[in-house]
Amino acid sequence: MARMKFVCDAERCIECNGCVTACKNENEVPWGVNRRRVVTLNDGVPGEKSISVACMHCSDAPCMAVCPVNCFYRTDEGVVLHDKDVCIGCGYCSYACPFGAPQFPSSGTFGVRGKMDKCTFCAGGPEDNGSQAEFEKYGRNRLAEGKLPACAEMCSTKALLAGDGDVVADIFRNRVVQRGKGAEVWGWGTAYGSKQAGQPPGGKS
Amino acid sequence: MMRLVLTTAAVLALAACGEKPQTAAGVKSDIPLFQGTSNAYNDPGWKAGDKTSWEQHLKTRLQNGQNEYNRVK
Repeated sequence: MARMKFVCDAERCIECNGCVTACKNENEVPWGVNRRRVVTLNDGVPGEKSISVACMHCSDAPCMAVCPVNCFYRTDEGVVLHDKDVCIGCGYCSYACPFGAPQFPSSGTFGVRGKMDKCTFCAGGPEDNGSQAEFEKYGRNRLAEGKLPACAEMCSTKALLAGDGDVVADIFRNRVVQRGKGAEVWGWGTAYGSKQAGQPPGGKS
Repeated sequence: MMRLVLTTAAVLALAACGEKPQTAAGVKSDIPLFQGTSNAYNDPGWKAGDKTSWEQHLKTRLQNGQNEYNRVK
């Protein structure tokens, strides 16, 4: 299997925050911690773009490189996970991560920073797959249940794709070719009867 | 002879510039995901413990759930 990957299609994301909600619900993420969030560029300006961002499970993860206690590990599928029993909550990973993925619950006394929390690609942690201990620390292990991350499966416009990198790339490539650009965007020919839009390559107009 | 000494010295000196492989991880005992879970929420259609079956199941689920061009054809 290829590596597990996320990709967010900025042409489709409508900033509904369904992915954020799905993640928080599925993993019972504590208040103040957002494993996933939607970032909008040029908010309010015509042509604004939104993308959903979380841990990207990097090939050469900077968080892994800077962790002083080596709490990170990578599964065979390329998912970057960490062990909260080893994490000391120092925050180095937070500074190293280019996506702002590591989060720290601050509900302790005097604002003390807790153990790092981040997106697990819905793959849990080092505890037994699907166990209560794993759920309490890391959330659901959907991959071990034969499912894909809740954020992507709940995405209403299918802007967020998650799963086997080869299949994700194939879906995205097909989508870009099919929808075209400008007036060729998918649906226009069907809806408005444009002669040049919405026709399959080589199809009759 | 001098050339050999210089080459050896250069090799030894440059060896210090190499990055150490980052293989040391705090945790190495995670159970593979294809082993499945013991809870009641497993998606049917694949065999726990069979990696090929698990991988194929995820690929099919991805195509069926996230590729709407499959449905509009």
